[in-house]
Parts: sequence; structure tokens; C-alpha cells
Amino acid sequence: MNVSLRWLRDLAPGLPEDPEEIARRLTARGFPVEGVERLGAELDGLVVARVQEVSEHPDADRLKVCSVDGGEGVVQVVCGAPNVEAGGWYPFAPVGAVLPGGMEIGEVRLRGQESRGMLCSEVELGLGEDAGGLMALHDPDGSFRPGLPLRRALGLQDVRLDVEVTSNRPDLLSHVGLARECMEEGDGTFALPPVPGLDAPVSQAGPEWLETGPEPVEGKAPVAVQLEDPDRCPRYLAGVIRGVTVGPSPAWLQQRLRAVGARPVNNVVDATNLVLLELGQPLHAFDLARVRGGAVRVRRATDGETLRTLDGVDRTLDPDMLAICDARGPMAVAGVMGGEDSEVTAETRDLLLECALFEPGPIRATRKALGLSTDASYRFERGVDPLGLRTALLRAVDVILAVAGGEVDGPLVDAAAHRAVPATVPLRTSRVEALLGISIPAPDVEALLAPLGFRVAEREDDVLQVSVPGYRSWDVTREVDLIEEVARVHGYDRFPDTRRAWRPGTVPDDPLTRLEDQVRDTLVRLGLLEARTAAFVPRSQGEVEVANPVNMEERWLRSALAPPLGRRLAWNLARGNRDVRLFEVGTVFRPAPAPGDRPPEATHVAGILHGRAEPEHWSRPDRTLDAWDLKGIMEELSLVVGAFDGATNPWRVAPVPEDEARARGWPPLYSVLDDAGGTRGVGGVVPPGALDLPRWAGSVWWFEMSLPPAPEPGRVPPVRMPPTHPAVERDLALVVARDRAASDVLDAVRDRGGPHLQEVGVFDVYQGEGIPEGTRSLAVRLRFQAPDRTLVDAEVDQAVTRVVNHLQEAYDVHIRGG
Amino acid sequence: MSDAATLEGELEALEAQALEAVATADSESLEELRVRYLGRKEGRVSAILRGLGGLDPAARPRVGQAANRVKGSIAKALDARAQALAEADVRPSGHGDLSLPGRSGWRGARHPVTLVIDELCTLFGEMGFSRARGPEIETDWYNFEALNTPLDHPAADEQDTLYLADGTHLLRSHTSPVQVRVLQTHEPPIRVLAPGMVFRRDTWDATHAPAFAQLEGLVVDEGVTFVDLKATLAEFARRFWGPGTEVRFRPSFFPFTEPSAEVDVKRVRTIREPDGSTRTEEGDWLEIMGAGMVDPAVLEAAGIDSERYTGFAFGMGPARIAMLRHAITDIRSLYENDIRFLSQFGPS
Repeated sequence: MNVSLRWLRDLAPGLPEDPEEIARRLTARGFPVEGVERLGAELDGLVVARVQEVSEHPDADRLKVCSVDGGEGVVQVVCGAPNVEAGGWYPFAPVGAVLPGGMEIGEVRLRGQESRGMLCSEVELGLGEDAGGLMALHDPDGSFRPGLPLRRALGLQDVRLDVEVTSNRPDLLSHVGLARECMEEGDGTFALPPVPGLDAPVSQAGPEWLETGPEPVEGKAPVAVQLEDPDRCPRYLAGVIRGVTVGPSPAWLQQRLRAVGARPVNNVVDATNLVLLELGQPLHAFDLARVRGGAVRVRRATDGETLRTLDGVDRTLDPDMLAICDARGPMAVAGVMGGEDSEVTAETRDLLLECALFEPGPIRATRKALGLSTDASYRFERGVDPLGLRTALLRAVDVILAVAGGEVDGPLVDAAAHRAVPATVPLRTSRVEALLGISIPAPDVEALLAPLGFRVAEREDDVLQVSVPGYRSWDVTREVDLIEEVARVHGYDRFPDTRRAWRPGTVPDDPLTRLEDQVRDTLVRLGLLEARTAAFVPRSQGEVEVANPVNMEERWLRSALAPPLGRRLAWNLARGNRDVRLFEVGTVFRPAPAPGDRPPEATHVAGILHGRAEPEHWSRPDRTLDAWDLKGIMEELSLVVGAFDGATNPWRVAPVPEDEARARGWPPLYSVLDDAGGTRGVGGVVPPGALDLPRWAGSVWWFEMSLPPAPEPGRVPPVRMPPTHPAVERDLALVVARDRAASDVLDAVRDRGGPHLQEVGVFDVYQGEGIPEGTRSLAVRLRFQAPDRTLVDAEVDQAVTRVVNHLQEAYDVHIRGG
Repeated sequence: MSDAATLEGELEALEAQALEAVATADSESLEELRVRYLGRKEGRVSAILRGLGGLDPAARPRVGQAANRVKGSIAKALDARAQALAEADVRPSGHGDLSLPGRSGWRGARHPVTLVIDELCTLFGEMGFSRARGPEIETDWYNFEALNTPLDHPAADEQDTLYLADGTHLLRSHTSPVQVRVLQTHEPPIRVLAPGMVFRRDTWDATHAPAFAQLEGLVVDEGVTFVDLKATLAEFARRFWGPGTEVRFRPSFFPFTEPSAEVDVKRVRTIREPDGSTRTEEGDWLEIMGAGMVDPAVLEAAGIDSERYTGFAFGMGPARIAMLRHAITDIRSLYENDIRFLSQFGPS
């Protein structure tokens, strides 16, 4: 909300002149000031000048030579503008002045003629877009003289504050509301300033009102008002002013609007805008001649009814929208925008002035449906003062009479289904203390609330019956709302921040969040960098659709993490980063099992790797990542996640049969199998062409695992004490058919190794010369150990024999050289 | 039986032979040499010593002395060579230049946003907060209505919400629905944090992302007041931003808290000048979180007696804090995942 400091101080002369102080006060009350702008500062040094004579330039067709009085003697100025006229007032930049664009005015000769200064257009002053000629200045009250600072002539001696008003405080979308909010003790009172040039304000005279119900009353006022939907428009005030002269507003009114960045239109529209900005009540003026039937109907629009609004757009209305209608049809979309047909124009003589109360919710719905937000809809959808309608209408009447002339015709109409009365909200001082933590006695509570317009109607023990002013009826309806006002006015910084004892809570630390931490620790330890991506992906990577996405191409929620990570890898490779090792822990989304169900979510971890297995080092050759690096990472992860899941046997990373692998998007080489054989994760190499990679790119390795949401409770892994007796090792070179999985052989060894077999490891794999065609040699090391004694060779030999015999029988495995 | 002179000559020859072999031996052959010359069973010097008994008793001491000297000399040479080899083993290859770069594996790192979340959770954890989580797909009820935000109020607009095409669900626009879920399932006292991703209909730019992390905090118990809110959050701010940090609470508006506050911090750092004097440097006020007393309507919606229990809640943006902390000017750099950026957040 743009605020004029001068306007605030006209309402409350006791307010400080320093805009920074006003900004500080508003900020401390919860309304930060985003900007403080001294208006027209860039126009310093520019003045108002009168052109005395204009003659043709002797040597140039399009130039004119002017005698200009800029307050410091008459000087000659050469000017190219077509609209310069003798006797006119124009903005003038004397020699030495600097234009807003930064150009300094020097003394020059143009086609041989001396030119001392420059007459300016709107564009040159940064005040408008009209570059077609000089900016003609109007002097409606005869106050201009040559040399008058241009800032003053344009009413720009003001400071504009940009105040951030929260959506709960529609009352602050007005200068009156903000003046009230930033006044402190000793600042005196505030009141609407008199309208300049109005001797007998209607508001003072106490005009005649015709109060009616929702049904129209004919013949007692120049217009009848019918409220067909009292829920949406409970009250509608209307007044008729006849004999106005529509034209430009006087300087004071134009200045006031310009100061807050509003564009003056004509005196009638400007008057209603003034009241909107002053009191926060939107009003609308209709050309009475265009209102047919002498009656205003506030009703739902019918399906397909159309209206061309003031912005020149044809709008199609529907029955969810409220319309202000005459005998023929809609004249305005209620609370949003008026129609072009009944617009006030230069020909308008008689006005119908509307000042109404609309229910916020439907205004908001209409505004959204039409995609049309206006100053009026912005206020109505937040709530205007239901007790301030008459004040607003009278203020508008006063301003119109002052700036456009005319007379009020007949009684003003106040049609209402019900008229609001101030609400009373009980406030316990004990509750103030219970919530705020400090004790504030009842008289102090009352004193804190009073400046904001809250009155204590009644007080009984510690309960105050607080009467809420109309402009706060939207946000103050409960005791807690009043307590907030007490805290705010008291000042948040005046509360102590004393530490006190607290009780431990009943919510245990979330186990999955802990697992996420462990997973991150593991992958960071393995040298991966954590990535974060947004959850939005193209259709190929997700199945849950967003209705109103930011980007239409990526309007699905990811169903896996690896493909989006793949795109980040491609992005890195495109920037010349070759060794890329990324992982992400995040949520993936699956389609709802049945329409209307919540789409299920799961937490996954995924990684993507490319480049060297180890950083370059001068002591060793570079080694490119291979399947064993991937498998190692997956095994490490499986240990962490498996332990969390309460796996009795360690999870295994097993090769995926080719026919199974082909069924998936990125065919996996490995899957992570839990102890029940369920798949918990997959990993492999990204198929060629699946990612947009540079030509030099090598294999890209990926893995993805789902994290169990909660651990199996109560399982503590047993710990074996390290045996004190020595171990016995036996190395075996096993000749195995090539298509026999090493894991089968190792499983068999473990299975038959007896109780003392502690470890089985593979220390060499060989195929080629020296062993039969179609076989390979697995060199395995078996480690035997007993907890209570030293094993003798004989029993170890026996166990080895058992293993070898079994291998031979089951898998046709032979001992090499044996 | 050899005579003494022959033996002495043999010993000298053995010594010369052994010392020559030892000088060029590697650690494996060194052990062989030790066995060959000094080994108890087969060692040649040992054999001579063993044969002393068969010598003329007059010659025995002289030969014995010589044999022991040679034994000592070879043993010393062996030890010296072993020592030299051991030293050479620990000195790296690479021409003995110890200034060459060391060998290490890849260095991983957590994402800067994760690091902030971790630190926030640790600090609040010290003050008794545990972590809670909730779904990212929510309903209007959890995201708005239970949080005292009627759908037809402009406040519901301020967080431009992303809806699913199913017409009934949305992507949560803040982590506050977790408040409601925790309150529904647990009895006070409650002290929880809810870190998580939230979603808004924001176009990517330097300060906006359609998905970003948020961290919510909630305390509900008997007798919790605005003073507790201030004490807890001011204590947190000083622990996170440094002991001299100034904390400011400003009124604000959130539908789900009342009274509501914005919390600003100003870092005040003491800088030591080269001449030993100190001066303090003040930063700007930084807006770091929103907070407030839980609105009674929120407690009631979750089935908590708002007369008996009060509480406070707060929320902040770890990405924003990461940006402030590392002077990152464009939020998009947190999502590009350029490894040259991410690797700076590892151990250093």
C-alpha cells in the first residue's frame, strides 16, 4: 500500500514529520515499510517557467525561438516542440540544471541561435510517456509564478511510503487506518480534514436518509434499491447528485492521488478514489442518465449475461457472481469493476453514487474467476468497515460537490437486510497472562486497546467486555485476537525472554529421519556429493500429475530419483565436470491405488556416478568406475538399511537375470534382496541414449533403494567376542564352470564349512591358460577358528574335504592341480 | 680337521663375501643371507663356531675370537641393511620428493541445505526437540482449514498452492500440516521439529524455487507463553548466529498463530585489528523466521483443549539460511548440483 506522508499528517497533524520515524513505528506494529521515497527528488533545480513570446527560427523550419521567464530574468530558448505557445506555463530546466535522466543543461547554439535552458516534455522529466510535445502545466488556482520549483507546482513535496499490509488488516488499506495505527501517546487526535473549497459540507448538515429493507421503496428517493441476495450484499447505500461538471480535478486532488501513485482520471472518479484511499471504502459513480428504470437491483448474474467493463473487456458473467443491475441488465460486477456503458464521462450531468458492503468470499471467487483484481475487489475481499458506510458516502458527496459542483437530490438511500452493530468480545486478564507470560492489570489492558478504537463497555472482576470497532470486525472476533492487540501495542521487545524449565515431549525422534542421516553419512563416506532436485519431472519419469504447474513440460511428480539425478549428471558433464558422483535422499510418488485416494509416497535414496573410480594420483594409473564399484556402494548401503530394517540375515546384492532386467526402464545389473527375498533396490549402468551426454562420456552407473518407513522394533544384533585361539587358513583354487555364479559356490562353501568356518573370501579370479576351456578358477580363502581351543589340522582338513566333496557333487567343481 | 690358519682365512673370505652380498640385498634375500651365514643349523659361520671343539686347544681362542668377530660383523651388516631397507620402505617413491600431493579417495559432502537442517535439528535437539515428519501430498484440511486458514480468505492465496490433477489433493505449501498430524496423534507435552520439502507455484528465479525445504517447530504444553517463545527462539538465534547476536521480534500475521511474530537477527562481531585493538562490526537485520503462539483454533481442530494447553510454533527456510550464511545470491545454484559447488561443503 502506497502511503503519502503529507496525507497522514493532514489527518493527524501530531504525527512526526520524519518518514523514518513513521516507518519505524509501522514496522514495530507489524507492517514493514519496504520503501521510503522522497517524491520528485530528481526534479530538484527544475522550475515552472512562462513562455512570453514565440517566434520562428530564422534558419530551421521545425524550431522555434522563445523568450522564457524562468524566474531569473528572461532568457532565449530554442525549442522544437509543436505545442509551445506564448503565455503558456511549462517545466523549465535552466542552464546548470540536471534532468532526471542525468543530462546536464548547458548553454548551446542551435542553428546559430543561442539557447539558454530547456523546456521539457513528460518523457524528459520521467513523469509520463507523452513525448509529443511540452508538458503543459495548468494553473487552476493562479498560484504559479516564474521560478516556482517544479516539485511544488506538481505537488510532489511529499514522501511516499510503501507499507506491507498483512491480509488480516483491511482497515490499514487506508490513510485513516494507518494514521490510527502509527499514532502514539501525545500525538493528539486525528480527523478528516475539511474538503478545500467547500463551504457547507453535506456531512456536517446532517442529510436526510431513507432507510429501507431489501425490498425497493419507490417514490421516496430518486432511486430505489433492491437487495436480492442479502447474504452477499447485506447493505447498499445510494445517493444522487445532479448537475455536476465533469472535468480535470483541481491540483490538490490530483497531487494527492499522484503522491500515492494513482492516476487522476476526472474529478468524479478522482473523488471516489480519494475516499477509497482515505477511508478504505470503495465507491462507484454511475452516470445516472445511463441507469434505466430508476432502480438499482443487486442480484446474481444469470448464466451467459455479458458486461463490457471499464477496462474495455467483454466479460461473461455467471450465477456465482453478483451484479449491480438496472432495468435492462448488469451495470457493474459487484465489488470488482463498473461497466463501460454507465461510466462517468465529460457529458455526465447526474450521478448515482454507490457505497456498499459485499461479503468477502464471493468477491474473491468472482475476482479469481474473472482474473480481474482491482483496488475495490482487493478491499472487499478482505472486508470493509460495515459501520463506516455512511461516513464514506458523505465524504464522497462532499468531495464531489467541492470539485465537480452539483447538488444532492433527495434523501440518500440506506438499504439493508440488516445493519451491523459493534460486536462485544469478552477478555479475561488472567488469559492475557496465561498466553503472554506477563501480568497486565485491567486498566493497562484498557489503555493499550483504546487508541486502536476498542472500548471497554463493561468490566466484571477480571473480565472486560470489549466493544470492537467496525473496521476491526473482520479480524477481531475472539479473545485471542484481543490478546494479540494487547501484545502488539505493548511492544514485543518489551517482553522478557527469561528461560524457564520445560518438560520433555512425548514424540520420539522419527526413525526414518535417523535412517536418512545414516544413509547420507554412508554415501558421503564413499565419496558421493549430496544433490537436491525439485520433484517435478516430465511424463516419462512420473505418474502423479500437478493440475496447475509452473512448467507444463514438467508437471509430474517423480516416481524415482535416479532419472532426475541423471539429468543433473548430464548437466555436470556438459560443463566439463568428468568425475561426477551424486546422490539424493528424497520422496517419490506413486499413482493413487483408487480414484480419490492419496497418492502413496516413499522415501528413496539414489546415486549416479561417472568417471574415475579414484581421484587422479601420480603414483597410480587412472581407473574407470566399474560394476564392482557400484556393487560395493550398494553393499555398504544394504548393510545400513538392512540393519535398520531388522534383517536377521544380511541383505544381499545379487545379479538380476537378463530377462527380468529388460522389463524395466533402466535395466538393472543388481538388485538388493532382503532376507525374505524381496527387492529393496536396484542398480546398474544407464543404457546408451537414455541421457543426453557429451560424446566423450563413459559409462554412467546408477542405483536406487527404497528406505523402510520404520524399523522392526526390539532387535539388537548379537556381538561375538573375538576368539583368543589362533585361526587356521586354507586357500583353495576352485575350477568352476564359467556360467556358475560365484555366489552359488561361496554359499555352498559357507553351508558345508562346519561350525568353525568364520570367513570365506575370494582373493583371485582367473581364466585362460592352464585351466580347461569353459571354466575359470576362483581362489578362495577359508578361515577356521574355534572360540575355546586351537583347532588341529586334522579337523580343518576334514571340513575342507567336506566342502570340496560337496562342491564337486553339486556344481562339478574341482580343485586346481588337485 | 682344518687347521687354524685355514679356518681364519675361510672366515675372512666368508666375511668379505657376506658383506658384499648384504650390501645389495633386498629384504627377502636378506633373510636368506642371515640363514646362510648365521643360521643355527646351516649357517657357515655357525658351523665354524660349532667346530671349534675339534681344534688344537691352543688355537681355539684365536679362531673363536675371529669367528665371533666375523659373526658380529655380518650380523651388524645385516641389521644395518635391514634398517636401511625398512626406512626406504616408508619413504615414498616419486624420487623421494615428499612435497608431491598425497593419495586419497573421493571426498563426499552433504548438501548445504542439509547441513543447515542438521545444525538446526542439533541446536533445537539440545533444547529437547525431536524430529517428526508428514506426507508431502496433503489435503486442503491439513494444509489450510485445520490451520485456521479458510479457503476463501486471501491468506490462503498468499502461498500459491500446487494442486494435483485428482482434484482432491495438493502439495503441501508449508510444513505446518505436520503440526496438526503430531497434535492428532500425541498427547502434550509436545516439542517437535518438522523438516521437509514444501511446494509453491513459484517460477524459478534468483530467490524463488517451486520446491524448497522448510523447518517447522512446535511446542505445546500447559503454561507455555509468549515469554517462552521469545526465550527459546532468542537462545536458538544466539547459538546459531553467534553469542553477540541481537534478536528482534516484530508483530506479523499468520493464520495459524496469534500473536504472530517475525524474528530478525543482527550479527554483531568483534573484529581484532592488527594492532591488537578490537572493534565491533554490525550486520543488517536479517529476517530469519516466522513464529507465534499456536492459534486456539489449530489446537481445537486437532482435538487439543486450548484452555488447558498453549503453545508456540515457528518456521524457517534452510535454503534462505544457507544463502545468508554462505553469501549465495541465487537460489538456483542450490539445485543445479554442480559438483564444483557441492564439493565445497565437504570437510575442509
